[in-house]
Amino acid sequence: MSEDVEGVQTGEEVAEEPKEPETKMISMEKAEEAKLKAKYPNLGSKPGGSDFLRKRLQKGKYFDSGDYNMAKATKNKQLPVASVEKTEITGDHIPTPQDLPQRKPSLVASKLAV
Amino acid sequence: MAGTGAGGNDVQWCFSQVKGAIDDDVAEADIISTVEFNHSGELLATGDKGGRVVIFQQETENKCQPLSRSEYNVYSTFQSHEPEFDYLKSLEIEEKINKIRWLPQKNAAQFLLSTNDKTIKLWKISERDKRPEGYNLKEEDGRYRDSTTITTLRVPVFRPMDLMVEASPRRIFANAHTYHINSISVNSDNETYLSADDLRINLWHLEITDRSFNIVDIKPANMEDLTEVITAAEFHPHQCNTFVYSSSKGTIRLCDMRASALCDRHSKLFEEPEDPSNRSFFSEIISSISDVKFSHSGRYMMTRDYLSVKIWDLNMENRPVETYQVHEYLRSKLCSLYENDCIFDKFECCWNGNDSVVMTGSYNNFFRMLDRSQRRDVTLEASRESSKPRQVLKPRRVCAGGKRKKDEISVDSLDFNKKILHTAWHPQENIIAVATTNNLYIFQEKVN
Repeated sequence: MSEDVEGVQTGEEVAEEPKEPETKMISMEKAEEAKLKAKYPNLGSKPGGSDFLRKRLQKGKYFDSGDYNMAKATKNKQLPVASVEKTEITGDHIPTPQDLPQRKPSLVASKLAV
Repeated sequence: MAGTGAGGNDVQWCFSQVKGAIDDDVAEADIISTVEFNHSGELLATGDKGGRVVIFQQETENKCQPLSRSEYNVYSTFQSHEPEFDYLKSLEIEEKINKIRWLPQKNAAQFLLSTNDKTIKLWKISERDKRPEGYNLKEEDGRYRDSTTITTLRVPVFRPMDLMVEASPRRIFANAHTYHINSISVNSDNETYLSADDLRINLWHLEITDRSFNIVDIKPANMEDLTEVITAAEFHPHQCNTFVYSSSKGTIRLCDMRASALCDRHSKLFEEPEDPSNRSFFSEIISSISDVKFSHSGRYMMTRDYLSVKIWDLNMENRPVETYQVHEYLRSKLCSLYENDCIFDKFECCWNGNDSVVMTGSYNNFFRMLDRSQRRDVTLEASRESSKPRQVLKPRRVCAGGKRKKDEISVDSLDFNKKILHTAWHPQENIIAVATTNNLYIFQEKVN
């Protein structure tokens, strides 16, 4: 059918004109695979296997809590700012919890609930 | 006019409501991560990446007319989960709500389970519309009355007040999952529920938070041998002993809890055989099942993999009874979809009330309605452009290659950042909730 032919020709390079939709499907996938291998020749032999799965299971890993807090701060564009509210001389007195800058509330109401 | 409960193509879908901000700058916390109707369909819950739950309630203007236009308005909203850091493993625990599941209603209050990667919480949502007034020893603002001024006894009475909806966490089920929870499912016995992570499934009792039973464990002795993970799990809607779980290799296992305490050996294994010569690098990745849902009847189950939706008859393990292509035109784009990680997107799927139509999402804010009884399908779009009140949604068409007809959109013009991963169908009526990245669309059947 002419429509089939057009579809194949405008796509990526395919070795031959496939006769059935099934073979067309498979050769499309294989063509895509060839493209990927061309870009990343070192792609592991077990593609959906251990590497990918292990990466998935390790999601959210940080070096330590400091690393996590820095990442969170940068994400929210909330770099730790030197407090400008206090005019006291540094070292003048021992800070109490009330003196420390308040943690900015990151828990804001959902926009769906407006 | 379509009969009640019939979906798909006799039904014309129109826009009803949209919730959420219009601006394009989407904060990560606002990304919707789950949508679920309760058992009556009166309540609709959403969870987002910021750990918040918003519940909408259906308000029918005219209860006598069954097809009257009903709107969903905000009923309750609360912060379900907060971000945590596991100091022992240096792992971040996201507050994103992975799943919400409602419990069947037993009394005036509503209960739902919400879960993030590690912790499941049982929330009670209750209404308060009366409060006691006229205490004997206290003033209305709480101050104690001067006891010397009290000469008579005043008995408090309940007086009506403005409706207040309160959400309180009743149970916290924690510390039972080493890996990330992907599913929760309430049992038909209304006493137990399961939670599944990548490698294990646990059985809980709703009343007991300090222990759970491990019923499936697919962790290999040596993690180097890991080839498969659990992607979804669900209890059978009527048989309290039966549940299924799907895997990243495209298989579904049905387990019977009566057979043994640890259900590592399946009772049934559903797998469509594949010709090994047809395998490509992508075969396994696109066969990974992202969602599994039993039909309301309990006779069938539906699975969603990257490109298709399959309906399985529980009596037949060797192949699905129906297969529907969701977006076959993406097969020629697998290379770029792998590079931008879209190939790993987890689409959900759902049944309509009488199991005649199934729905699933796609890219470009498209979603697909697949009518099983009439063997027809339609692609619709959730967009602000089609958001005029009661505007009928026009079917959309994607052109795979060659000449693009008018009104068609070419594959290369699709926006792969606009994904519809989560959809829900009202259990009885033709009302659907479709979540785009940060907006919730509600569509209803056209009423003449």
